[in-house]
Amino acid sequence: MSDSAAGIVSYGCYVPPTRLPLALIHGGRVVEGGPEKAVAGFDEDAITLAVAAGVNCLGSIDRERIDGLYFATTSSPFREKQAAAFAARALDLGDEIATIDFSGTLRSAAAALIAAVNAVRAEPGTQILVLAADVRLPAPRSALEANLGDAAAAFLIGSDNVVAAITDSVACVDDVYDVWRGEDDNYLRAWEDRFNVTHGYQENVQRACTRLFERSGTRAEHYSRAVLYAPDARSHGAAAKALGFSGDKVQAPLFGQVGNCGAAFTPLLLVGALEQAAAGDRLLTCFYGDGAQAMDVCVLRDSSGGSRSLAWHLQRRRALRSYDAYLKSRHLNPSEHDPRGGDGVPATVHFRERDSDVRFQAQRCTACGTVHFPACRVCYGCYAKDQFEAVRLSDRPGRVLSYSFDYFFPCPEPPVIVGMCEVDNGARVYVQMTDASTDMLRCDLPVEFVFRKIHDAGKRPNYFWKSRPLTASAEVME
Amino acid sequence: MTGSIRGKAAVVGVGCCKFGENWQQGPEDMIVDAAFEAYADAGIDEPQKQIDAVFCGSVYPSRGPAEVAESLKLFDRPVSLVQNYCATGTDAFRYAVAAVAAGMHDTVLVVGFDKPKDRGVSGPSVHLNTARGLPMTPAGWFSLCCARYFETFGAGREELAKIAVKNHHNGTLAPKSMLKKEISVEEALNGRMISWPFTLYDCAAQSDGAAAAIITRRDLARNFRADPVSVLGVSIALSANPQTDPSFDFLSWKPTVAAAKDIYAQAGITDPRAQIDLAQVHDCFTMTELLTYEDLGFIEKGAAKEHIDSGTFALDGELPVNTDGGLKTFGHPTGATGVRMIYENVLQLQGRAEGRQVKGATVALSHNLGGAPQTCGLAILGID
Repeated sequence: MSDSAAGIVSYGCYVPPTRLPLALIHGGRVVEGGPEKAVAGFDEDAITLAVAAGVNCLGSIDRERIDGLYFATTSSPFREKQAAAFAARALDLGDEIATIDFSGTLRSAAAALIAAVNAVRAEPGTQILVLAADVRLPAPRSALEANLGDAAAAFLIGSDNVVAAITDSVACVDDVYDVWRGEDDNYLRAWEDRFNVTHGYQENVQRACTRLFERSGTRAEHYSRAVLYAPDARSHGAAAKALGFSGDKVQAPLFGQVGNCGAAFTPLLLVGALEQAAAGDRLLTCFYGDGAQAMDVCVLRDSSGGSRSLAWHLQRRRALRSYDAYLKSRHLNPSEHDPRGGDGVPATVHFRERDSDVRFQAQRCTACGTVHFPACRVCYGCYAKDQFEAVRLSDRPGRVLSYSFDYFFPCPEPPVIVGMCEVDNGARVYVQMTDASTDMLRCDLPVEFVFRKIHDAGKRPNYFWKSRPLTASAEVME
Repeated sequence: MTGSIRGKAAVVGVGCCKFGENWQQGPEDMIVDAAFEAYADAGIDEPQKQIDAVFCGSVYPSRGPAEVAESLKLFDRPVSLVQNYCATGTDAFRYAVAAVAAGMHDTVLVVGFDKPKDRGVSGPSVHLNTARGLPMTPAGWFSLCCARYFETFGAGREELAKIAVKNHHNGTLAPKSMLKKEISVEEALNGRMISWPFTLYDCAAQSDGAAAAIITRRDLARNFRADPVSVLGVSIALSANPQTDPSFDFLSWKPTVAAAKDIYAQAGITDPRAQIDLAQVHDCFTMTELLTYEDLGFIEKGAAKEHIDSGTFALDGELPVNTDGGLKTFGHPTGATGVRMIYENVLQLQGRAEGRQVKGATVALSHNLGGAPQTCGLAILGID
């Protein structure tokens, strides 16, 4: 791999705003500024996190010019069913694109990135969106729980306007049992920590990076920064040191802030590194999982990435007040109502409504301009029949027309905030609001729209869009 | 064009079962209680011969119109079931009046009923079979206007509480109401929150009930009783769902405005506040009643706060509303409610409303609003 024409064209991340202070896990006292981890909200999963990162990465890039979506995760909400296909529809990408799930390993994002680079090299001009997201479920109060966190990152791989080239990649493979989930495991399982670190993590990371150094004729000093996966903060420091990196040449691993976000771990750090990098920088980037993969990432141009940086996401936080609230959000505490009960949305209804519900597509009357959501056959404005063009609502701002707080509807975090919103193109949508508190609500509050899980009825995720207060800065939402 | 019903039909008998959590009564018991009271009220002793057709209103029937036919053993004649959200009772009444006015039948029976308390839940059922439109609760739908209205016109939760207090008081005077308990504004404000700004006290209860009315040709009415009540107008209007309507303003319910325009033309009403003596309006939630004062033209848009404060709509006020305590104290067995309002208005017009009697009342209006909400049913009755 020496052709530098293929690489990262755009990038962005998403860290869910919800934080679990680690002290809550064992009933300790929460100290302001103490260690915490990012956790997906009750209405988020790997798919919604990935979509949020994808939105941030794509910005105003023409979505019709995306040729593929590769989705890397170990925690797809589906055992069988493609998460990439869902994400592609939610991102309003075309329906003739290549979609692939890279799953089953922590290292899946490395495979997805290299596959995307290879696809672009095979056919220059191609653009592939690579999403990496994980919402891994550790057993409550297990040793793993404090280290794991949830996050997502996205990279648009292409050959035009490349910001950073992936010039080389070296993989090594290992079948060590360090972390895994078997057929019947709900929770992530792990072997003894010291074994995992010594023979799983350190051996493989050192091997992959050393081989990359040998092949490229490089040493640590040739790199501006090391972007390394690690299972915990201590192992991260040890690995960086063994490779010859220290101080600000080590991209901060965000333990105590985000946590180990699995397949999205190295991708998230790479987004952080790229946001700070300057043209000419070189990033040693190492992924881990069933072996390791080291990449040489050469920064060609200064860039700022998505409109919301990693720093923005780290600043925007909403701390949970109880461990019980976390357990509720994961359906881990018994309740009167089975939140996964019922049949859920009939497949046929989902099939007919998926452009409204997943793509968040409205329609504009070509006769009179009235915008309708959801789609209908006869215009409210001029009564014309079937004279509509599709319009995307998901990337437009809106405002709250009126609202209510529903304390009756079952929800892990009652009340459900619900409002009629007007999108800036005139469409009206009746949607729930997320990442908000009741005291923020007022008529005309500016909002944006985010893809979220609405419920788990039928034992599967059912998705729709929600509104979220559009705050100018990373305002803390309490 | 739409015609007028005025002068063509009259109500000659009404009946109503006791509304409540009627654990010991099935739909049949309630239907029989209401219908036989109406028969007696109309002096009908041979319903098999005297009732030509039956119009039923029910939103949750288990067997459709047969539920009424089999309960009353009224067979071998037209028996139909009408459904129109919470305006079902009023719409069944409208079909009955129209059928008589058209000359299809001389004398017909209207029966509204519902039995929601066999479902095992105290509030509405929650079904997660859609991704869009959730939470799908009536309180959530009807509360959607509050924030915008409050910000625009300065009313608030206190005005809503005063409506609940008024209706709770009136309900203590109605023998067939479910709740007979005076409440205070403070109690109402501190109730359990259901859907902001509605506490428990802003919401109509779930109850079981049935009500009946006998309609006949105006020219035959005095064969039944000396003081028949004339139907001055009936109307129903279905408007766009506020959740999809591109021009909804969250200050007014469109179906009420549309139906009022139609029925006032039928009944010759040009100044509703002066010409209407009392009204039963759909207080499924207190805010519904508040907006209805304005949507029916009783007062100017935005003026509800001052009129609630001054008692315009109290039992001893200028235009008493929900003289029997409304849905607040009767509960809301959906199909029964509109017919229950007819029952109360007939008693009022005939001077039979006892402790809650509005003196000298000659024109009374009833109002249902249902759906998200999308549909409004209105009836105006009068007595000479």
